[in-house]
Amino acid sequence: MNSQNGDREAILGRVREALRVPAPLKHPAERSAGGEPTTAHFREWLPPVGPSLDEKFALFAKLSETLRSELIVCADLAQAAAEISSLSSAESWKTIALHRGGLLDKLAPLLPSGLAQLCVDGGYDKNALEACDAGITECELLVAQTGSVCVTSDNSGGRVLSVLPPHHIVIARQTQLVTDLTEAYESLAAKYRANYPSMISFITGPSRTGDIERILVLGAHGPKRLTILLLP
Amino acid sequence: MSTLAEAPRDQFQTDANRTATDDVRRLAVRRALSNYQTARNRTGATFTDWKSARSAAATIKHEAVNHLDKYLEEFERKFTARGGKVFWASNSEQARNYILELAAARGVRSIVKSKAMTGEEIHLNPALLAAGYGVVESDLGEYIQQLKGEAPYHFVFPCMHLRRDEISDLFEKELGTAKTDNPEELTMIARRVLRRAYIDADMGISGGNFIVADTGMVSITENEGNARLTVGIPKIHVALIGIEKVVPCLGDLALLLPMLATAGTGQHLTGYNSMYGGPRQPGETDGPEEFHVVLLDNHRTRLLADPEQRDALHCIRCGACLNVCPIFKNIGGHTYGTTYQGPIGSVITPHFRGLQDWKHLSGASSLCGACTETCPVGIDIHHHLLRNRRNAVQEKPAPSESLVWKMFAFLMRRPALYKFASRFAPLGSMLHPLIERTALDPVRAWTDTRDFPSAPLRSFRSQFKAHQAQKAAAISQKGGAK
Repeated sequence: MNSQNGDREAILGRVREALRVPAPLKHPAERSAGGEPTTAHFREWLPPVGPSLDEKFALFAKLSETLRSELIVCADLAQAAAEISSLSSAESWKTIALHRGGLLDKLAPLLPSGLAQLCVDGGYDKNALEACDAGITECELLVAQTGSVCVTSDNSGGRVLSVLPPHHIVIARQTQLVTDLTEAYESLAAKYRANYPSMISFITGPSRTGDIERILVLGAHGPKRLTILLLP
Repeated sequence: MSTLAEAPRDQFQTDANRTATDDVRRLAVRRALSNYQTARNRTGATFTDWKSARSAAATIKHEAVNHLDKYLEEFERKFTARGGKVFWASNSEQARNYILELAAARGVRSIVKSKAMTGEEIHLNPALLAAGYGVVESDLGEYIQQLKGEAPYHFVFPCMHLRRDEISDLFEKELGTAKTDNPEELTMIARRVLRRAYIDADMGISGGNFIVADTGMVSITENEGNARLTVGIPKIHVALIGIEKVVPCLGDLALLLPMLATAGTGQHLTGYNSMYGGPRQPGETDGPEEFHVVLLDNHRTRLLADPEQRDALHCIRCGACLNVCPIFKNIGGHTYGTTYQGPIGSVITPHFRGLQDWKHLSGASSLCGACTETCPVGIDIHHHLLRNRRNAVQEKPAPSESLVWKMFAFLMRRPALYKFASRFAPLGSMLHPLIERTALDPVRAWTDTRDFPSAPLRSFRSQFKAHQAQKAAAISQKGGAK
């Protein structure tokens, strides 16, 4: 190895040498002519969503059901807190983990006083987080076309909070619902410009596996349950 | 599986013979694949226009692969600017050594891995274990295969060939757990054991499904959340990725992720699709302090240098071509003896590991084209198998075979001589049983598993002549009766 980068120059040299002979494009994208980026057309080919908020919501709700995510529409923060409280007693939670944020700062004081809160901001003990019964996070966006929740390390309590505790609760507003991944990426680009968070993750349903006989099992390593509390 | 010392071709033949008649195994594979097929058909049908989506996906990959140098450099620049480290490895040894040296320098003791076929490709686990590190595979299927001491059976469904009772027996033997025939209980056993692995590991190792040039990110697709934990908790992260995985823009994933999910498992979107742009950034809550990306060539540039088959590097490793392949269904994954099984593996392995040693894989195809049809990025898979066969013969002609073809052509161009020679066919048929299936048998490769058809006493030409004469006679008789 010739430098800290390893065989950088040798590999790039081989790549350039190999690419001296062009390869034909066998499947030209039908609508990429006219200089427009292909990205603009993805929507025409992928599963349809519908332009109105109602249609987006209907599809998101339908996919959530198929994915076994639990979608609860809440009138306000007080109802969201009440939903968490009833989940807490049903699953006998002792400690929940959460992070600081516009919605969560208002929600946290409304949660049951007997429920201990671990706030991950500024660092946490990983064993303590592992012992938590649930993790509550905000999210960047909800994606109608795929039924996904988009979290980032910037606004959802880092990388681990949304995946380590056995029950993940997302608190979101209806205005965060976007049509598809294309709109999600555009929206993230507009928000962060070149300074993206170090993790962007599209969470589509609770953790799952089909590794044993292709039979669906939830909660392989990540959360067994994913609850989405949707505020107006 | 057969021993390593055996030549790949012999190992393939032995294992194919054995597995093709293993009804239990074939039933397990068939059942798993029929569940896959139902899901894929259902999800594929929700696309407005799958074919145009496929052309667009192919166009994106074509752009990336044909400007690989530009996009790799762009990725490196962006990723490094955010505190990531990029290492370029020409071959397996360089990649292994980099990871081993890094682990030694940081005083690593235990390592947790999420699924990485590149790890299998460079034989990373044996090297790490030999150096004294604890290594745990965290993907459920990979974990089961690790406990079993076997390579993955399928690069997307690593233990699809195992029945639940076999997995239960394995867990009982290796982990001391009680027997169960419930897949959920089996999954929960693995969950309990592996939770500690994430917390205790000093280093996480993953693969990567896409490298995003314009934002300097690594994209990882998974269902279980094990990769999220592997990239989130340990202090050091290493992603080991083939150089061909690059795509130009983050927005390209808006198409590629749904297509990977649909083709791979029949999902709209895989459970977790995560894009990582470097280590923990200032002000962030958690994440690794160091994030290394090892870009692996390992003969990918050899395939790149073949413009005819360059599109094989467009592969997004969804595994769809394995799932529809009649050969894979019959001989199973281990028979291939390769890291990448099935049709796409048969195309690329000869480029990676030597055409003469691996050309037999390109022969193991019915050329039905189901692989090409199902491929979400439109790789011309079954024609590449033919091209491998052609290249193998051009590179190393088989003199005896070409002599036979020359004699055949000589004969076919001379009808009189052909007619004369075909008179001897019935005689050959009579004598053949004397040497059939012995070393003297010239068609033994055929007669080992099939009957050799015997030549009829009368040739087609003489039968046709007689038939025509009969017909003419009948017509003239009819005419006479009028």
